[in-house]
Amino acid sequence: MVDVPYDTIAGVPPAEVAEVELYHPKSWWTRYVFSQDAKVIAVQYSITAMAIGMVALVLSWLMRLQLGFPGTFSFIDANQYLQFITMHGMIMVIYLLTALFLGGFGNYLIPLMVGARDMVFPYVNMLSYWVYLLAVLVLVSTFFVPGGPTGAGWTLYPPQAILSGTPGQDWGIILMLASLILFIIGFTMGGLNYVVTVLQARTRGMTLMRMPLTVWGIFTATVMALLAFPALFVASVMLLLDRLLGTSFFMPTLVEMGELTKYGGGSPILFQHLFWFFGHPEVYIVALPAFGIISDLISTHARKNIFGYRMMVWAIVAIGALSFVVWAHHMYVSGMNPYFGFFFATTTLIIAIPTAIKVYNWVLTLWRGDIHLTIPMLFALAFIITFVNGGLTGLFLGNVVVDVPLSDTMFVVAHFHMVMGIAPIMAVFGGIYHWYPKVTGRMLNEALGRFHFWVTFLGAYAVFFPMHYLGLLGMPRRYHDIGETAFIPASAHDLNAFMSVAALIVGFAQLVFIFNLIWSLFKGKEAGGNPWGAASLEWQTPETPPGHGNWGKELPIVYRWAYDYSVPGAARDFVPQNEPPAKLSPQGAHP
Amino acid sequence: MAVAIILLLVAIASVVFHLFSPWWWTPLASNWGYIDDTITLTFWITGAVFVAVVAFMAYCVFRFRHKEGRRADYNPENKRLEWWLSVGTAIGVAAMLAPGLVVWHQFVTVPAGATEVEVMGQQWQWSYRLPGKDGRLGTTDARLISADNPMGLNPDDPNGKDDIVVQNDDLHLAIGKPVKVLLRSIDVLHDFYVPEFRAKMDMIPGSVTYYWFMPTRTGTFEVLCAELCGAAHAQMRSKVVVEEEKEYHAWLEKQRTFAELSGQRNVAKAAYKTGSE
Repeated sequence: MVDVPYDTIAGVPPAEVAEVELYHPKSWWTRYVFSQDAKVIAVQYSITAMAIGMVALVLSWLMRLQLGFPGTFSFIDANQYLQFITMHGMIMVIYLLTALFLGGFGNYLIPLMVGARDMVFPYVNMLSYWVYLLAVLVLVSTFFVPGGPTGAGWTLYPPQAILSGTPGQDWGIILMLASLILFIIGFTMGGLNYVVTVLQARTRGMTLMRMPLTVWGIFTATVMALLAFPALFVASVMLLLDRLLGTSFFMPTLVEMGELTKYGGGSPILFQHLFWFFGHPEVYIVALPAFGIISDLISTHARKNIFGYRMMVWAIVAIGALSFVVWAHHMYVSGMNPYFGFFFATTTLIIAIPTAIKVYNWVLTLWRGDIHLTIPMLFALAFIITFVNGGLTGLFLGNVVVDVPLSDTMFVVAHFHMVMGIAPIMAVFGGIYHWYPKVTGRMLNEALGRFHFWVTFLGAYAVFFPMHYLGLLGMPRRYHDIGETAFIPASAHDLNAFMSVAALIVGFAQLVFIFNLIWSLFKGKEAGGNPWGAASLEWQTPETPPGHGNWGKELPIVYRWAYDYSVPGAARDFVPQNEPPAKLSPQGAHP
Repeated sequence: MAVAIILLLVAIASVVFHLFSPWWWTPLASNWGYIDDTITLTFWITGAVFVAVVAFMAYCVFRFRHKEGRRADYNPENKRLEWWLSVGTAIGVAAMLAPGLVVWHQFVTVPAGATEVEVMGQQWQWSYRLPGKDGRLGTTDARLISADNPMGLNPDDPNGKDDIVVQNDDLHLAIGKPVKVLLRSIDVLHDFYVPEFRAKMDMIPGSVTYYWFMPTRTGTFEVLCAELCGAAHAQMRSKVVVEEEKEYHAWLEKQRTFAELSGQRNVAKAAYKTGSE
């Protein structure tokens, strides 16, 4: 049964990994700004993503102010509310979570975890970040153009997105589409890097089935993103043509404000298919890296091997593959052929099985562990609760007939915030508290961290759990003001006010986190090379923070999986991946 | 210890909230009670899983938290346990999916006797059209829309002459009669949404979508738009009145047909033309 991790017999294959000729920066500019070092690019990606994420956070406050206290804030009207929700959604899903997980965590962790010196195409990797930054700047510019950003909802459904009844029809929508196109170009450059690095630059002994699950998660998510983003790219280009040149890819014969337009012959549903062919895999592009990170956090901080590693890997791959055949579950009430519902409900509910296996294996990893309730562990526990909660409500919405009354209500908003908002952000925070010591050489402040954790977790749960019940009641989403509606009782308004107050408090806790990140950079406790006693390769670097080229003179040799915690008979409660088995000397390993 | 208790409290509070929530679905007014039943079943299954997972986690945190000298077990895999958990999950999933698909089959199968009613959405109002004595709706085309013909009916289609057009007013329906709602839009996506009926479907410019239901309770129900349709999305409201057959017919008698509406305007126009020449 113990055959997976501890195969000393297989030994270590001969040196297949050639030493790379590294680019060496010659000036401050090429070292810290136009850097080709994946670690610097990772930090650049992370800071940019978090900065734009703060914009999304402020937008969420404005939305909650309006929803909790409609009519009180005269500076928020219906148009602005729609612009806030659109920009909030787009930023969170694409410019924050996708960029942070793949560009941030991916860049930092992949080379270190697989024992490479850097990404295989460092120059393209650098370009990837700068194109991403440009995409973010174009996005931000929409706040300052005439008419403001688009208010079409983050799904940008035509015909509405490009007609005059929607705010941001002049410039907002054009720049939004341009920004998405740039983002996809930038991402593709980075994504090719991550995939090729994982496949080609692993160090000796780092077989695929010895890789940490974080790498598996990011790798699979990147492959998916490379296949899914082109659909969004095509949809964006065609929508841009419809808007600018008057083509009719998505535009049937229609009337705009009482006037017949020149559009004709296009299909609005086609856009939805393209959008969700990207959009559903996107959910897992955000979730799979989180799955990987959570697996590693739980294993390390419970001092126990991850339970069922092989099943975990196959579950990641199966979820990745299945997520390409479920997209139309976002379209049950879109007016597509209703018979599609049978197929997509079935595939959607099947995906629950590999996902459930992952949850079981996380909690079974805790069983008979030695659980250290560090901050990364707390975030991992919170991830499991919020992910299970959001995943289970997915079984409502995935089951086609149950979706009919619930779709387009606050139930949907609550569901996707729980499962792909709160849960992945718990993984992001857990990951930052876990790896910050490796990135900076210092620990984050513990007291501030615990405060941040409890307020964020309990606060976010208090916002989104009750929200499901407003949806069950029938309250539709994307309403800036529900107004006088017969079936909405006064108590629903009180609940909205409560959720808004909770959301504001959670928001302010994030300022504490940002303060902690900066303060600990200078005043944090010295971390040392491996403060958590972790077994995976990134904690075994000769220097902390790791230097240029990561590994000093010689690349590490890997002898075991990343989860040798509390191995019976071992002196310490972890065995690093590059520690040779007692009977096998490194020289004897490669003939 | 504290952490384990808080985790457990999150699960307990969620269940208590669920049981005592004053925010619950609106009283049903259509035949789609099966949908409510499927939701209830799904709540039971998913609720049990949620509580079990969180309680197990809380127990582990309580029982196996770090103490001086504790060492974790080394236990990489347990094929039999993983197998049983997968099978159990598959059964649970099937228990929700199977009834869901059965009810979906009913949802997409319109009964033969259903009356057709057309709902048209435009920024930001609702219009309705009912077939006249011939029981058939005439054809429409967005290109024919004008101030005289706001729903774009084809004036050359004899089936459309006696169609009843309801503008800026409530839709009335007879209780106990299945209705096939034909959904149409002339500008952007909309969604004809009456929470008490449970059913819902987007309307798309360029095509006609549909759903069916049977009103089972008299009363006046609020219509909302459930698909974002621009600035005044939240104000796109109307009402559906469900009443007894007799009252429904009385209402029907008072409505005007397309021929009456357009005929009158034609008469007015002709008179104007004559006068000017």
